[in-house]
Amino acid sequence: MFTFMPEQASEWAPYVDWLNDYITNISVFCILGITAVMLYFAIRYRRRGPDDVTPYITHSASLETAWTVVPTVICFFVFYYGFESYHEMRNPPANAMEVNVTGVKWRWDFEYSNGKRTTNELVVPIGRAVKLIMRSQDTTHSFFIPAMRVKEDVLSTVYSYLWFTPTKLGEYHIFCAEYCGLQHSGMLGKLRVVSEGEFGDYLYDRQDPEAVELPPAELGKLKFAEKGCTACHSIDGSKGLGPSLKGVFGGDHVMSDGSVVKADENYIRESIVYSQKKIVKGFEGIVMPAFEGQLSEAEVNGLIAYLKTL
Amino acid sequence: MGHHESLPLGHTHFAEPEQVYHSAKFGMWVFLATEVHLFGALFCTFAVYRWRYFEDFQQFALSLNWRLGGLNTIVLLTSSYFMVRAVDAAQKGLNKKVNSFCNLTLLCALTFLVVKFFEYRAKLILHEPPIFPHSHIFYGLYFTMTGIHGLHVLLGMGAIWWLKMRAKREEFSVTYYTPVEVVGLYWHLVDVVWIYLFPLLYLLGGLA
Amino acid sequence: MSAHAATADGKQLNYLNCEKGLWSWIMSIDHKRIGLMYLASILSFFVVGGVFALLVRAELFSHGKTLYGPDDYNVFFTLHGVIMIFLFIVPGIPATLGNFLLPLMIGAKDVIFPRLNRFTYWLYLFGAAIAFCAIFMRLDTGWTFYAPYSIQNRWAVVTATAAAFFLGFASILTGLNFLVTIHNMRAPGMTWGRLPLFVWTLYASAILQIVATPVIGITLLLLLLENTMGIGIFNPAAGGDPVLFEHLFWFYSHPVVYIMILPAMGVVSEIIPVFSKKPIFGYKALVYASVGIAAVSFLVWGHHMFVAGMSNLSRYIFSFLTFFVAVPTAVKVFNWVSTMYKGSISWDTPMLYAMAFVFLFLIAGTTGVHLATLGTDAHYHDTYFVVAHFHYTIQGGAVIGLFAGLHFWFPKMFGRMYNEKVAKFAWLFLFIGFNGTFIPQFILGMEGMPRRYYDYPIEFEPLHRISSIFAFINAAGYAMVLGNLFYAVFKGKKCEENPFHSLSLEWTTASPPIHDNFVQIPRVTTWTYGYGAEHAAEGEAVH
Repeated sequence: MFTFMPEQASEWAPYVDWLNDYITNISVFCILGITAVMLYFAIRYRRRGPDDVTPYITHSASLETAWTVVPTVICFFVFYYGFESYHEMRNPPANAMEVNVTGVKWRWDFEYSNGKRTTNELVVPIGRAVKLIMRSQDTTHSFFIPAMRVKEDVLSTVYSYLWFTPTKLGEYHIFCAEYCGLQHSGMLGKLRVVSEGEFGDYLYDRQDPEAVELPPAELGKLKFAEKGCTACHSIDGSKGLGPSLKGVFGGDHVMSDGSVVKADENYIRESIVYSQKKIVKGFEGIVMPAFEGQLSEAEVNGLIAYLKTL
Repeated sequence: MGHHESLPLGHTHFAEPEQVYHSAKFGMWVFLATEVHLFGALFCTFAVYRWRYFEDFQQFALSLNWRLGGLNTIVLLTSSYFMVRAVDAAQKGLNKKVNSFCNLTLLCALTFLVVKFFEYRAKLILHEPPIFPHSHIFYGLYFTMTGIHGLHVLLGMGAIWWLKMRAKREEFSVTYYTPVEVVGLYWHLVDVVWIYLFPLLYLLGGLA
Repeated sequence: MSAHAATADGKQLNYLNCEKGLWSWIMSIDHKRIGLMYLASILSFFVVGGVFALLVRAELFSHGKTLYGPDDYNVFFTLHGVIMIFLFIVPGIPATLGNFLLPLMIGAKDVIFPRLNRFTYWLYLFGAAIAFCAIFMRLDTGWTFYAPYSIQNRWAVVTATAAAFFLGFASILTGLNFLVTIHNMRAPGMTWGRLPLFVWTLYASAILQIVATPVIGITLLLLLLENTMGIGIFNPAAGGDPVLFEHLFWFYSHPVVYIMILPAMGVVSEIIPVFSKKPIFGYKALVYASVGIAAVSFLVWGHHMFVAGMSNLSRYIFSFLTFFVAVPTAVKVFNWVSTMYKGSISWDTPMLYAMAFVFLFLIAGTTGVHLATLGTDAHYHDTYFVVAHFHYTIQGGAVIGLFAGLHFWFPKMFGRMYNEKVAKFAWLFLFIGFNGTFIPQFILGMEGMPRRYYDYPIEFEPLHRISSIFAFINAAGYAMVLGNLFYAVFKGKKCEENPFHSLSLEWTTASPPIHDNFVQIPRVTTWTYGYGAEHAAEGEAVH
């Protein structure tokens, strides 16, 4: 009743939803019941004239004890159910698959145990416990997957963790739930739950049909969106946190040290892979993450080809 | 309005002088409670970081001059003594004595601030390299806590100066000495806070 | 209550016409005038904060960019929060209705420290002026000032924290003044057991103001020093801990919710007996509940940090303790409804507001249980569910309580009556607009919509649209309420001195009261709620 929770995609989700239903049902019962009584009194005993005679009732020890004790007991039960389930949520199994998560303004980086790195896309196999070990590179973020019913803040001072066991194939939202500045609402990721076999292929890049078959500019466009470039760089000339990339290729650009650089393939590549080497004038102090080791040759080439089309 | 009878009203003030006296003292105690919470939060913060960076805190505490800190403790305690004498004099209506004990209290407070100035100078200017509030959390807390305490000393000096002026105008008497008592209460809190700050900052690391 | 002094032209002298001119208001130490000046100030800030809320809702009307960019959005939602919290609802009921009514209700001529009261008001306005500077400095940290984000927008944060420091100081001084007044200024016979419940709630919130506010004061001062001198305490780069900021922040900011809501509960406890012609049911329980809520509120701040990196044990303990707030709150609701039993219930505007309060606060309270429960909070934390819950508590609770009180004591304050038909119509608008705005937000929260989002996935759009449309209806309701009251201040029909036939002490003087409140300090011989006839209907009186 009255539940609008998203899809249940983790082992944990049905239990949370059950608990949520339990609380919501009691709540709705209380709200409607008490309001109904109040309205009944308001109508049944409405004022008929200034001389209405009313009884002098000040208190009732038994009644008041009852409505103190009953909510207390209900509260204890609710606390216990919440505690019991949460306790499990805070204690990941020893054999959980570990993935490192880094929150960066404004994207999520993932690193798997074999060194594979992705941005804004977390792929996990169905039915296996996944433990995320999380840290922030800048301000506080919060990692939230509604479909899994898990959330935990991501701090820059200590590692935090959460875990879940996906039970349903599909694609789900990853949100940042702790306000982290300009593009807070753009700090979105995708969780893809796939089969064991597909996950193995993914983890070891055994096949990436897109990468092989797509023409470079198409691949670049794909990666441009995937890697979160759009959070800071517009492609329509409007000013973002970083320079707009409309017509960037081939033009002359003034750097922070006053030098003028022609944007050729080498410059673009350097700006992606070692982003801090040259800073465009007017954008000093804004740190673009370096993508060293996170893009394949084909992907960098694709990005360059894509920029040429803008 | 049957159930409210009325009392005759003999005066036009808001409250009886007796009531004002008790209320002012009560009000000051409540205010001191807020001060305790203000410094309490600082002490909590100090505890958290001392626990977390124990070695650093031990080591940096040695860089503070416990002799000057100890001197200031004695100076403040003495000032509290003079303050008590001022309150006592006010209760007896001896305005001249109130004035001179206020002077002595002010002198101690000034001495405290001068010593504090030399301590700050030793850190900020003379030390090589200079020690700033941003040098380490320990120093951040040291400057914050002693700075906020120093601000309280300054405000207290203002209040005592105000008492002094009123005593010069012979305003206190055996029936009216509330301001002296209330400022006295405040001044003792300033003293008490220092009595906690001194060992916490200067002594916990041992003596250099 | 008729032998009052009169002006030359035969009008009765009261606190409004006894002195004239702007200067007489600026320098006034009369608690009633100070209360009115607070009222004018906070309602103006309420309008400003409301405009920011509408700007936010307008932007959220559509997926993608509707009106302006994310930088403006972050500034607008921050200013909505800062203005509504620090300028409007923290002073809220205590500084306005409390200032006006406390001395009248306990039979005193003024608060104990009238000059301090004047100083407090001007300190508050000074703080408000600084806060308004932060508007132009594009403060974008959210009203919570979370570190380390708040260490980056330096001067805006310095300005805002300085403002909050002065506003907090004003809040402390108001609490201190009220606490000592309640202790020492009660009229003869006004024992603790006879105190009106509104005074009891002012007492409880005064304690909260005194105990909790210094902690936010020093916390914001540390943040200010962090931004100016880099003391490192909240800066991870210097070894500081941002979670410590959250602890210190919520140590104040949880109790502050009760500073806002307790006096509203007090207002409702005053209104229901008068409009039901019945004694308040369970006076003692209501007193204990108020003080109990105040006490427990200091032990539950950690529930704002269930997913913020606290140890698991802390989470369990804070969750457990939080449930102890639920019980006294439930007790209050039961007592209010029981008071209406066999009463003679009038459907005047104040009573409509009081009933709306009970209904809205029920929703606020029960959704609080979802958030106190660890298992469900993991999903709900930092989503629109929290936003809706909070607005049901503060808007549905504290603001509705404020307007309930304003409609109830309006004749007391001005000796005039507002237009009852307009007032009821506006109430309906408000009620529908408010629920229409925030019920969709509960659903959005369930679906997983995070808060403080400039943009959202397309599937959330329909509910956001509904919420935005009703937000404007809600605003129209407020405009009607404020317009109706403002008009009545000057042009309202003159009314009798005690139009609602309350037995409370404040109604025994003239309306509007004379400058000194009472011609003679009253002697109180019975409690405030002696409505109804003993043994009126045989066997009904329960003792």
